Amino acid sequence: MSIVSPLRPVASGGFDVRLIRRDFPIFERNPGLVFLDTAASAQKPTPVIDGVAEFYRTDYANVHRGVYRLSAASTDHYEKARETARRFLNAAHADEIVFLRGTTEAINLVADTWGAKFLEADDEVVLSELEHHSNIVPWQLLRDRIGFKILAAPIDATGGLDLAAFERLLSPRTKLVALTHISNVTGHIVPVETVIRLAHARGAKVLLDGAQAVPRLPVDVQALDVDFYVFSGHKAYGPTGIGVLYGKTALLAEMPPWQGGGSMISTVTFERTTYLEPPHRFEAGTPDISGAIGLGFALDYIDGLGRAAIRDHEEALTGYAVDRLSAQAGVMVLGAGQRQLGVLSFTIEGIHPHDIGTVLDQNNVAVRAGHHCAQPLMDRLGIAGTTRASFGVYNDESDVDALVSAIKAAQEMFRA
Amino acid sequence: MMDLRELYQDIILDHGRHPRNFHAMAEPSHFAHGHNPLCGDKVTVYLKLAGDRIVDVSFEGRGCAISTASASLMTEILKGKTLAQAQALFKTFHAKVTGGDPVATPSELADEAERLEPLTGVKTYPARVKCATLPWHAFEAAVKTGALGAIVKTE
Repeated sequence: MSIVSPLRPVASGGFDVRLIRRDFPIFERNPGLVFLDTAASAQKPTPVIDGVAEFYRTDYANVHRGVYRLSAASTDHYEKARETARRFLNAAHADEIVFLRGTTEAINLVADTWGAKFLEADDEVVLSELEHHSNIVPWQLLRDRIGFKILAAPIDATGGLDLAAFERLLSPRTKLVALTHISNVTGHIVPVETVIRLAHARGAKVLLDGAQAVPRLPVDVQALDVDFYVFSGHKAYGPTGIGVLYGKTALLAEMPPWQGGGSMISTVTFERTTYLEPPHRFEAGTPDISGAIGLGFALDYIDGLGRAAIRDHEEALTGYAVDRLSAQAGVMVLGAGQRQLGVLSFTIEGIHPHDIGTVLDQNNVAVRAGHHCAQPLMDRLGIAGTTRASFGVYNDESDVDALVSAIKAAQEMFRA
Repeated sequence: MMDLRELYQDIILDHGRHPRNFHAMAEPSHFAHGHNPLCGDKVTVYLKLAGDRIVDVSFEGRGCAISTASASLMTEILKGKTLAQAQALFKTFHAKVTGGDPVATPSELADEAERLEPLTGVKTYPARVKCATLPWHAFEAAVKTGALGAIVKTE
């Protein structure tokens, strides 16, 4: 009793976008679609779509409960997905992988458990101006309860993290550094190795928001020596509603439960309840079983293409896009001197991002317009919003060319 | 999908580029901030009321062509109107852009309703409807909450 192996990407050797696109049915159903919003959510390949459907058809039951064979099969698949996520991040143990709803929930969990237990009123938490709201607000909510200080490491003139300024913010009071790995606005790759080294030298723990990095870069949590690493499945070609919290064994072990319920307990009486060890301690209730399994298929799919190959592809494509957009009069790319990967934001003189977005949509080019859940960064840059183009494994230079043509159409329409 | 020029008609582009009554008011009797959390756009609407008559109205803020043009046209149209007339115009306009049941305008306001017609192209662009209604919501909040100011969101 087992599900069929997920389909393998057709591409073999080299990185052939034409073949990869065939793995994504959305492009067949929407001819002419130029999808440049993978940073918001990636499209889904057939191995994920069919794999999840096949699981429901063949092996579905609740996990960690029944003595019957179907439940055992379902549990096998669920735990196999955990092992896939472990391998994907090169975590030392599968028990360091907690399945949650996504990046947002993972950061909230760390704040509400590790943060609530270990942070004190005169401690400091260092974030950066590049952060997504999901790596700001959970810390503010906790600060309002406990009273520690939140410091935001500034960006430099080119839009990247100002490492020198970051280092100056660190002190013995710094208990946690929580940073994005890749900016969801500018695509800037934060030099996380240095960040982690500097933070650890002060005894601070480090949490990295890998939402944009996981689908684009090889990530090795042991080599990084990062304490917490979080990401969302849906930005990595997997289903919505599933994500991963990686935490070092020793850290997870000291963290109190977050939500209470079934699946996370060892024994329950009305007087006293004891809890399971991580990761199950943090997975109360029936988990998103098919989501986790679908995420496993997605991570397998990414590894099938090769993460180094994906990085090289997106790096080349991002460079091409930056060059073409920068060459267009009136277009300004944010953070263009920085090392950017897979994501870029731009403004067009005299045209509001929402108007750009509408004209681009009319030309079948899907982009994100607005503040990208990073209002502090918008304020810092002195702009209301940007237009953002982001890439996935299915994009190539023709998508960038279509973007540039659509931008020309917008400039034509709004020419003063 | 319709031709984009039906959304961005010349009158919209013109008011978007050169908004009328685009300034803070020295001594408003009422004002309110409007904010669209979706895109971060902000508008402040200032009013000078004499009884229930709108003696003066202006706005400032940052927004897209649609919200700027909507605010600009709104200020031109509302100057000199009574609050009841303004309310009637908003009701008709709101129904048109949101695709709700049509609300007839009193015949004395037919010309004003006609002037708002170019903005109703947003109804086929659901993501843009709030751009067109934001200044009107801010106007409504300014009337309701008096000179203290208020923040209104588009939902």
